[in-house]
Amino acid sequence: MQTVIERAVESKPKRKENINWVRMKKMKMLYFMMAIPMVMLFIFHYIPMYGILIAFKNFSPGLGIWDSPWNNFEHFKRLFSDFLFIRALQNTIVISLLKLIIVFPAPIIFAILLNEIKSEKFKKVSQSISYLPHFMSWVILSAMVIEVFSPQRGIINYVITFFGGEAINFMSDKGSFIPILILTDMWKELGWGAIIYLATITSIDPQLYEAAEIDGAGRFRKMIHVTLPSIMPMVIIMFILRLGAVLNAGFDQILNLYNPLVYEVADIIDTYVYRSGLEQFQFDYATAVGLFKNVIGIALILTANAIIRRKSEHGIW
Amino acid sequence: MAVKKRKISLFDILNVTGFTLFSIIVLYPFWQTVVLSFSDAESASSLGINLWPDKWIPDAYTFVFSYQNIMVAYLNTIIRTVVGTVLIVSFTVLAAYPLSKKDLPYRNFFTIFFLIAMFFSGGMIPEFLLIKNLGLIDSRFALILPSAVNVFFIIIMRNYFMTIDKGLEESAIVDGANYFQILTKIIIPISKPVIATVALWAAVYHWNEWFHALIYIQDDSLDVLQTVVRDMLVAMDLTQANSQMGGGGSSNSDLLLSNVRAATVIISIGPIVLIYPFVQKYFVKGIMIGSLKG
Repeated sequence: MQTVIERAVESKPKRKENINWVRMKKMKMLYFMMAIPMVMLFIFHYIPMYGILIAFKNFSPGLGIWDSPWNNFEHFKRLFSDFLFIRALQNTIVISLLKLIIVFPAPIIFAILLNEIKSEKFKKVSQSISYLPHFMSWVILSAMVIEVFSPQRGIINYVITFFGGEAINFMSDKGSFIPILILTDMWKELGWGAIIYLATITSIDPQLYEAAEIDGAGRFRKMIHVTLPSIMPMVIIMFILRLGAVLNAGFDQILNLYNPLVYEVADIIDTYVYRSGLEQFQFDYATAVGLFKNVIGIALILTANAIIRRKSEHGIW
Repeated sequence: MAVKKRKISLFDILNVTGFTLFSIIVLYPFWQTVVLSFSDAESASSLGINLWPDKWIPDAYTFVFSYQNIMVAYLNTIIRTVVGTVLIVSFTVLAAYPLSKKDLPYRNFFTIFFLIAMFFSGGMIPEFLLIKNLGLIDSRFALILPSAVNVFFIIIMRNYFMTIDKGLEESAIVDGANYFQILTKIIIPISKPVIATVALWAAVYHWNEWFHALIYIQDDSLDVLQTVVRDMLVAMDLTQANSQMGGGGSSNSDLLLSNVRAATVIISIGPIVLIYPFVQKYFVKGIMIGSLKG
């Protein structure tokens, strides 16, 4: 009995291995094709992962990553007594949650309302305009934002002074900087974010609307009772994905818009890593800060993916 | 479906007005930049709505086009965009095709090898140290190589390849074609839409990318447009911007930093805005392909 099982266990993989070997030889050209991208990926993605070691060391460039001495988690101990890090962590969470609450629902409302526009042409033009800023970098958009909010030339200060107010230097004002971050983030990504919802809306069965009409539903009832529930699964997926990225408060945006006057409210973990690492050259400490963020970030993303997978099994799709 | 005569309600009017206003708000910063780029110091200093310049003054553009560093940066941006896009597209195809073969032995291992790179990364500092140790600081390769393999694109293209009818390939194999011939003669020609989408994404990425250029490039002769604009963002005035960008501009007291920055922004986004109406549908198609899981 036992020998039969043993034989079965032993022989099966062996045969599989043989078949694999023959097939691999036949398909060797495919492996050669993949080889170059894999080598590139190994050099530029996997080797930096090895570089994370310096988060646990007193890194000196002269000694290199391997020979630099271990430092018994000094950097991580420092992390929690570092006022600047705690401030950056708080700012990251505050900015990110505000964006989540205010920016996340905007494309959903945009998509539902745009769907109610009757003229196809108007719809198309509005949509094309709405995602134009998505294709610009934050460097370019910041150059525009600074002018719009400028105390000398900006339209907003023009309106304020027109009504007798005092021009405000919005970009260096702690009170207005976060609202600017939220507004400009919406400006850049609202139209783009709406695409996925608009596509979901177009796939709604028109019979649902007809049935609702027969039941005497007006336009608003149809929006709330047909359109919204139909896109809800997509909304939930996007929301979970967004939650997974909650530690990304917008590095590109903030690094181009902020200045020392607003660091108190605007400095996030990523910008803190950038300044302490690449401007003050504390390579090891900055790596530790970045690692702290990445570990939590990966845990969040993996959790988000796991939740979506479970949800979609239970019939979200 | 019966066409119903619908009367135009108050809601319709409000909705159309709302979207018109929204479009104006989205476009206003772009238009203000155009106006500013055609103004000089005098007209730009007056507070106003800036819907139309007092006079169309091309001085800022004359300045920008005679500024050697900006023109060099323009050329550098074009070079990195062309070379970078070709590399990304080639590597995407080369990795996506084998991964799309369900019968490739150890396919899962290779797929995971690529997928891991999507979730884990060394982070900003270890990546910087790698580039430094490879001696790629102040090299064009630092702008092109680290982003040459894009796992997200590979997955999109792999999913597309997997939808291609197997019969086409099998008959080619019977005719004695090898995998490389199948890829170039059959797969690539029928995958043009997805390749175009990836190429456009890659081109926009390289045209807009600024962070690698900021941290890896110090040599002014290798600067790209994005970092030139960023230097102007950080600078206080035109003289300071001039020295940060390595000098070489004629001093022009009739222009503000804002005028020159606006003109540089306009020439930087020019190519994107010009092709935008024709290619935006491919971008939209791209997300649709990407969101369909295979």
